[in-house]
Amino acid sequence: MNQALEPLVYTELLQLYAEYTAAVDAGNWDRWPEFFTEHCVYKLQPRENHERELPLATLHFHSKGMLQDRVYGIRETLFHDPYYQRHVVSLPRVLAVDRGRWFLEANYAVFRTKLGEISTVFNVGRYLDEVVRVDGALKFASRFCIYDSEMIPNAIIYPI
Amino acid sequence: MNDAPITLPSSPGWPGDGVHRVPYWVYTDPDTYRRELERFYYAGHWCYIGLEAEIPHPGDFRRSVVGERSVIMVRTQDGGVRVLENVCAHRGAQFCRERQGNRKEFVCPYHQWAYDLEGKLRGIPYRRGIRQDGQLNGGMPADFQMEGRGLTSLKVAVRGGVVFASFDHSLESFEDYLGPTILSYFDRVFDGRKLKILGYNRQRIPGNWKLMQENIKDPYHPGLLHSWFVTFGLWRADSKTSLKMDPHKRHAAMIGVRSVGKPAGDVVSGVTSYKADMSLRDPRQLDIVPEEWWKGPTAVMLTLFPSLIIQQQVNSLSMRHIQPRGPGVFDFVWTHFAFEDDSDEMIQRRLLQANLFGPSGYVSADDGEVIEFSQMGFQEKPDQQCLLEMGGHDSEEATNIASETLIRGMYQYWRRVMGV
Repeated sequence: MNQALEPLVYTELLQLYAEYTAAVDAGNWDRWPEFFTEHCVYKLQPRENHERELPLATLHFHSKGMLQDRVYGIRETLFHDPYYQRHVVSLPRVLAVDRGRWFLEANYAVFRTKLGEISTVFNVGRYLDEVVRVDGALKFASRFCIYDSEMIPNAIIYPI
Repeated sequence: MNDAPITLPSSPGWPGDGVHRVPYWVYTDPDTYRRELERFYYAGHWCYIGLEAEIPHPGDFRRSVVGERSVIMVRTQDGGVRVLENVCAHRGAQFCRERQGNRKEFVCPYHQWAYDLEGKLRGIPYRRGIRQDGQLNGGMPADFQMEGRGLTSLKVAVRGGVVFASFDHSLESFEDYLGPTILSYFDRVFDGRKLKILGYNRQRIPGNWKLMQENIKDPYHPGLLHSWFVTFGLWRADSKTSLKMDPHKRHAAMIGVRSVGKPAGDVVSGVTSYKADMSLRDPRQLDIVPEEWWKGPTAVMLTLFPSLIIQQQVNSLSMRHIQPRGPGVFDFVWTHFAFEDDSDEMIQRRLLQANLFGPSGYVSADDGEVIEFSQMGFQEKPDQQCLLEMGGHDSEEATNIASETLIRGMYQYWRRVMGV
């Protein structure tokens, strides 16, 4: 069912997007799982798999707990060359509104800057999102990051 | 005036007789890299192409590579598998641009030369010339033969649903190429069950291609670099391990049995990656269910020289294709798979455990990172040497993780083929 989108809700959705982007660009990893519901799905997936309905994802998390495990991994277990990431995210396009669930997509480009290096295009794609309201606040019930980039420049450690 | 004789830079030489020292130039020297492509990828070796399950129907094709050369894996009308070089016989155009699809024939866009699925040349526009004023002008010479002018067709081996190919038609059989020990571990996974493709991951790693072979011939690092391996016992010092090779020592199997329970003190003393208090908030990522076909080991990592790693680490399975792109960079393409008769639960389990692997994986993302760091060190001083003495100087099979015997074995073979 497709219902009208209230302008105030769109403003709230924009705020959700802006805060998410600010958190992952600032390396504020503890905030990242808080944008999601308890039983969320987060996927970082190559476009080929998505379009051919192949289920494998580069990252595939099925709960907020798994996102928290990832945060622990980034901090404590995944040895990596540190880098800055900077997202540029388009205005979200509303695909559907259905009884308190908002379905949206937005383009993103992530730039990576390693210490002493030039900034490069790191990962480019789109978000496919489902947003719900939990205790008054908007949260991602699912966020799929479907990336065009055919090659990952070595590794993606931080959340897109 | 300095009377010292002028010495020109010597051509790269191997330090000493053994293989417990590997000079950095083997990872950086462009001439060495060209010779490696010629001797390992374009002759004498079976290279990984793909899985039969990727091309189930006649006319299905999927692009792949052998070394730096683009090839097409295609299912022919009679159900066979062909591997054709993606280079038009006319002007050399790499005509096939799609990643995969279904075709009745291949047509080069430049001058529309057409090839059948076997790679035979079937059509040349204006072959007999163009009729003008009642006369045929131009066209190919009357004695031109279509026969033998097709696409380069590679020698193909298919075993257990896995496709290998070689430009070298004098190559030994795939079975002889692996040797009985490695073949038995290959057959352990590919025992005739139909495979189901789960999907792909692609990463470009700024390092020499051999470093990825060496990474999976190195049981010393998993229990040190990878916290998940050491903390959850998937691969660490107290894991029952055996390191096996083919008679040429080019291929290897790292075979491990998962350690259960907390490690004894000396296993993890000084190992900073061990996290005694670590536990998963959502343990479904490590919901390991033993499978009958494992026949004991919980992990078998196969390195098939030069181009493939076959991963079985608990319930996660993948083919990892090494695609060299120059001395200092390679593409690493992962194809995760399941079996057609897997339950939905098992497929979900394989997919969740895939979080350990690939370009973001808990025990794989950091492999790419350290390979990049090694390559940085190599490029700065090509005459320096790696020190590979864990487990001694020889390259015999071993049963512990504190050994670099498989890497030494590979360099014994490498030196023989490269003549250095």
